[in-house]
Amino acid sequence: MTARLLVIGLALVFAASYAAAQVGADKRRSGYQDMGEALQKMQDDDTANPGMLFVQLGGQLWNRAVGAADKSCADCHGDAAVSMKGVAARYPAIPQGSDRPVDLEGRINLCRTEHQKAEPLPPENRDLLALAVYVAHQSRDLQIAPPYDPRLDAFRREGAEIYRLRQGQLNLSCAICHDDNAGKKLAGIVIPEAHPTGYPIYRLEWQALGSLKRRLRNCLVGIRAEAWPLDAPEYVALELYLMQRARGLKLETPAVRP
Amino acid sequence: MSNILVNAPKTAKRGAAIEIKALIMHPMETGFRPGPNGRIIPRNIIERFTATWNGAEIFTMDMSPAIAANPFVSFFAEAKESGTVVLRWTGDEGFAAEQRVDIAVE
Amino acid sequence: MDRRLFLAGTAAVVLVPLSPATATPDAMAEAIRKVVGTATPTEGRVKLDVPPLVENGSTVPLTVSVDSPMTEADHVKAIHVFNEKNPQPNVFSARLGPRSGKAVIGTRIKLGDSQRIVAIVETSDGKFLSAGADVIVTLAACLEESP
Repeated sequence: MTARLLVIGLALVFAASYAAAQVGADKRRSGYQDMGEALQKMQDDDTANPGMLFVQLGGQLWNRAVGAADKSCADCHGDAAVSMKGVAARYPAIPQGSDRPVDLEGRINLCRTEHQKAEPLPPENRDLLALAVYVAHQSRDLQIAPPYDPRLDAFRREGAEIYRLRQGQLNLSCAICHDDNAGKKLAGIVIPEAHPTGYPIYRLEWQALGSLKRRLRNCLVGIRAEAWPLDAPEYVALELYLMQRARGLKLETPAVRP
Repeated sequence: MSNILVNAPKTAKRGAAIEIKALIMHPMETGFRPGPNGRIIPRNIIERFTATWNGAEIFTMDMSPAIAANPFVSFFAEAKESGTVVLRWTGDEGFAAEQRVDIAVE
Repeated sequence: MDRRLFLAGTAAVVLVPLSPATATPDAMAEAIRKVVGTATPTEGRVKLDVPPLVENGSTVPLTVSVDSPMTEADHVKAIHVFNEKNPQPNVFSARLGPRSGKAVIGTRIKLGDSQRIVAIVETSDGKFLSAGADVIVTLAACLEESP
């Protein structure tokens, strides 16, 4: 009797966990999975991936002393392979003593102005991207893990609202393309789910490395909307939401995309 | 200093054909594109890539603006004797870059 | 989702149809003539690998392989690649020799449009071989505002 109850009990547990596993089956796709084989190979081979040239440059800049303080990143942070591991997986974040989140590029510029006593680097500047890609590369293959920080909730909510906001002459929101129509084709290209898994990315169209901000601006122009100024907080809010949405997916930096 | 990535084996069997892959940071500006001000951005490309093995030329490639930015080249070389492979890129605006790779042949 | 609006957005971007493979534009023919002179290249022994459909024309992987023993007596001397529709017909000219061991080279090229690519191979006995491939270039959906 007790044995039979135990069997029934176990069966129920297994059924429940099986159902849970089915519900939780992760169907999210990185843009990597929708690229042709040639481009996947280009990303996978570290001596064929052009983004790795910028990782190399970033490593050189990491060790170069700059600014009035004559300090390098390494002087404070040491070996990036240790100190920067996992950092990109949890950005954007709120820096100490501040109440607003910054993205990785913003954090690098804070280090420059506060600790190195150097000028901040302009958006999409090659050296800024190289430092960002070098830092983010240290988190390659780690899962995106946005931190629990109640102060970020409001910004994430703002990002989610922007994501669903119809804008531009085409009156499209991010969600219409990247949720409702993801996986379908737009002019021969699969519409990705918009998970920021590999930024900064080497985009073939740019023939250069670029930030998520640059990619978001491309989308805004694509829907004939006015892109926000380069220093607008909207980009950081949207990135916070996208990173939350991509929680658990693996970072690929430097990703290659068409 | 240029950013260059080279993929070549450190050791090779005598007589084997080994593959050498090289990637270099360069805009390969075609000279056909208008810039933000509407004027054509002047051509700035790598014109020539050469590889020597212990001083003897083993491969060259003359490039045109149709080679993609951050040029990638792969080619083969017969491993005859241990030595140094020198890869050299030259081009517009006095561009010159070099990377040396030592290969031991057994 | 308003289907009509979505279509209106996508209509701005059009697939470029493949040009007839036989219609080799004059500039490419002229550039090839400069290399081969009066000789007529024969097809075969050359493999030109390009993806038939590329997501973006600005970085297209391309490999040329020639079936050759690469000996002193019988080897590939040069591999030239040409295109039809870029501003200039030449893509690259590579020189090889018996020291190459293997006549396989790769690079990445820019294609301004869907078009035919031709590889011309010069062998040590002064003959010419050729291979061609058609590439369809789809354009990225959301392009940047300035070049």
